[in-house]
Amino acid sequence: MTAPTITPCEVDFTRRTEYHEGLETIRAAHRLLKEFTFTPSLPQKGYNDRTLYVDLTTREVKEKPVTQQMKDLFVGGRGFGLWQLWNAVTPATRWNDPENEIIIAPGPVAGITQYPGSGKSLVVSISPQTDIPIDSNVGGYFGPLLKFSGFDALELQGKSDQDVILFIDGQRGIIRVETAPLEPADSHVLAEILTRMYAEDEADRVNISVVCTGAAAEHSLIGMLNFTWWDKRRGCIRLKQAGRGGIGTVFRDKKIRALVCRGPVIKADMNHPVDFETLARTGIKLHKEIRTQDDLQCKMRRNGTAHIVEIMDAYDLLPVHNFQYGSHPDTHKIASYVWEGRCSQMTSDGCWYGCSMGCAKGADGLVLKTGPYKGHMVTVDGPEYENAAGLGSNGGVFDPDSLLELNFYCDTYGICTITYGTLAAFTMECYQRGILNKERTGGLELTWGNAEADLEMMHQMARGEGFGLIAGRGVKKMKELFIANGWGDPQLINDIGMENKGLEYSQYLSKESLAQQGGYALTNKGPQHDEAWVIFMDMVNKQLPTFEDKAEALYYYPLWRTWFGLMGFCKLPWNDVAPADNSATAEPAKIPEHVQNYLALFTATTGIQIDVETMLMQSARVYNFQRIFNIRMGKGLRANDIPPYRAVGPVTREEYASRAERYDKQMLEEIGVDPAAKPMEEKMAITREYRMDRYSKLCDAVYTRRGWTLDGVPTMARLKELGLDVLPEVVAIVQAHGG
Amino acid sequence: MIQVNGDPLAWTPGLTVRGVLQAKKYLFPMLIVTIDDRRVERADYDREPVPDGAVVQVIHLLSGG
Repeated sequence: MTAPTITPCEVDFTRRTEYHEGLETIRAAHRLLKEFTFTPSLPQKGYNDRTLYVDLTTREVKEKPVTQQMKDLFVGGRGFGLWQLWNAVTPATRWNDPENEIIIAPGPVAGITQYPGSGKSLVVSISPQTDIPIDSNVGGYFGPLLKFSGFDALELQGKSDQDVILFIDGQRGIIRVETAPLEPADSHVLAEILTRMYAEDEADRVNISVVCTGAAAEHSLIGMLNFTWWDKRRGCIRLKQAGRGGIGTVFRDKKIRALVCRGPVIKADMNHPVDFETLARTGIKLHKEIRTQDDLQCKMRRNGTAHIVEIMDAYDLLPVHNFQYGSHPDTHKIASYVWEGRCSQMTSDGCWYGCSMGCAKGADGLVLKTGPYKGHMVTVDGPEYENAAGLGSNGGVFDPDSLLELNFYCDTYGICTITYGTLAAFTMECYQRGILNKERTGGLELTWGNAEADLEMMHQMARGEGFGLIAGRGVKKMKELFIANGWGDPQLINDIGMENKGLEYSQYLSKESLAQQGGYALTNKGPQHDEAWVIFMDMVNKQLPTFEDKAEALYYYPLWRTWFGLMGFCKLPWNDVAPADNSATAEPAKIPEHVQNYLALFTATTGIQIDVETMLMQSARVYNFQRIFNIRMGKGLRANDIPPYRAVGPVTREEYASRAERYDKQMLEEIGVDPAAKPMEEKMAITREYRMDRYSKLCDAVYTRRGWTLDGVPTMARLKELGLDVLPEVVAIVQAHGG
Repeated sequence: MIQVNGDPLAWTPGLTVRGVLQAKKYLFPMLIVTIDDRRVERADYDREPVPDGAVVQVIHLLSGG
């Protein structure tokens, strides 16, 4: 695949559709339901030592203290979110019960502007898809602005009886709950209106961030949350997504139309760190590294994460046609250089101040061809790799405009691009295999690459009608429905439906990497790649030959990645750029210099000295707590860690045939069976038994390394090591499950 | 014949590191290459010869995710 010369696309951006008509009418319809005053404050050493609680049923608004134990055990971010959620729910709580919460928490280091990738928030709730806690990390300004208004987390509980906006004014110290009867549903319209509405003047728009979702979140279980920032250069809002697990659906179930935070003007030292010089020095070092190395390495500043589209294709890892295959001849049509040409400004584009990696990309000048915004010219945030692969190759969509339109509508309708990509691919394969047909889909011809039908399914999801309603339940519930209706072979449907724990797989082909099979299905929340991405180590480098080697990787990396979620860090500046001399280090995959940077940033912010072991213990406490939380909710055991067979090996004859050489070689060399005279069906059965047995052995090794029983329950000994034995209910759950 | 990440690859006279990467379709930009445990700098990929019988390791850093 040869990249063509890229020139910026020539688009007249003055034609971009703006959304502020009717703003005054919309504002005038608001009615104040509750006002609460507080004293705005800035964190000291990274913490405000208080969180904000809002009950949408009673409209109670209050401050809650952050205790020392909370900081010691849960640190911040995802840890705070899980702890608050634990205290809010019972084992019987389901996603749409009033006691379920949405918690948004940046971590103690979040909001620093010295080091790239420091503006993340973690969002936690009981998921409508999995019935267990989901955590989703997101950029955009809301988390840091919340923190610099005076709160380490925002806890939303209860259900409103009408649509409301929660406005947090961190400059004036006022919190208002207002009715929102006339607000538009979809994010790109709503967020632009609210940004203009709540900013005092044009210059103030950068101090506003909106959290909202869209029409499809109301009619599906896969709703996500958009977090905005005002893009001064483009003069429009931009969106980042807390995508996974259906938190947007919970948000609308609570009748929240939007959260709006107006924070203070951002300055460099707002966390009041103990050692600002170290923050600055560490940041400058990485800025220089990005400047000198990024063009030689991943080109994140130019292409963002989409730089790996063609790379995944070359390594046979790009999901194609519902994860059946790993590459496609048309991948060049959605390769990174195509998107580079669509992202007109051709510059780094950060979702928080100070990020010189700036991988957020805006594809400008897309004129929509379908749906309620047909004819509008919009800026699309993306596509990122997951969107290009999920909405593109996995469904056989290789037309860039169609892919961008799918991306746009996912965002504005408030549904997760990863989830939608995987569920759409599943429906297409069901259509291919006769499990679905035109009659069952209400006329949608869900053939591979039929973007028109794909978009129509999404529009139906937003309108709450037709087959889109069924698809919006997600893969797990579609599987159950199709099987209950007798529409196909149950085993086939279960094998090809790419979900685990109820969450759809993200967009990497795992079947030739046993470690990545575990990297997906041995996760806490479900198969998302933000715990452990170890395909290259395992499949390409062959650095993990034994079960114990794989288990070690599946011990270290999930803990390492958890730490980012405790702090408010983005993962990308960790390992999508590396120092020039990284290859000379003992463990280059870990990027040791960057690990030291993170230790320095934490200590410089909080004053707490840590080393790598302490860092891993911080993560392990939260990681094991989340596992026990899953058990408390009735899952979290070995039976819940089993992947669909499509994630492990070839389900169909075509899949086997596409990699026959690989599978036959494995049979001969590893299983000890000569495939030469075997019929295809027998070879598939032998391969399946072998691979599932290896997966089971991997579970044994990983559980042992993590200090869990063979049923996946953390042991009491592990609990004591982690200091979690001070929590009586945690101990009781572990003991009740033989831990 | 040479070994690349444990797999055999046909050797041809004049084979360089770049030739190995192209033959294996190793497009990923963050690589560490060793020939018989000797690290090869990125700047030398085009001219560094790979001898017959060499054991080549091409470590891909993690990225992704």
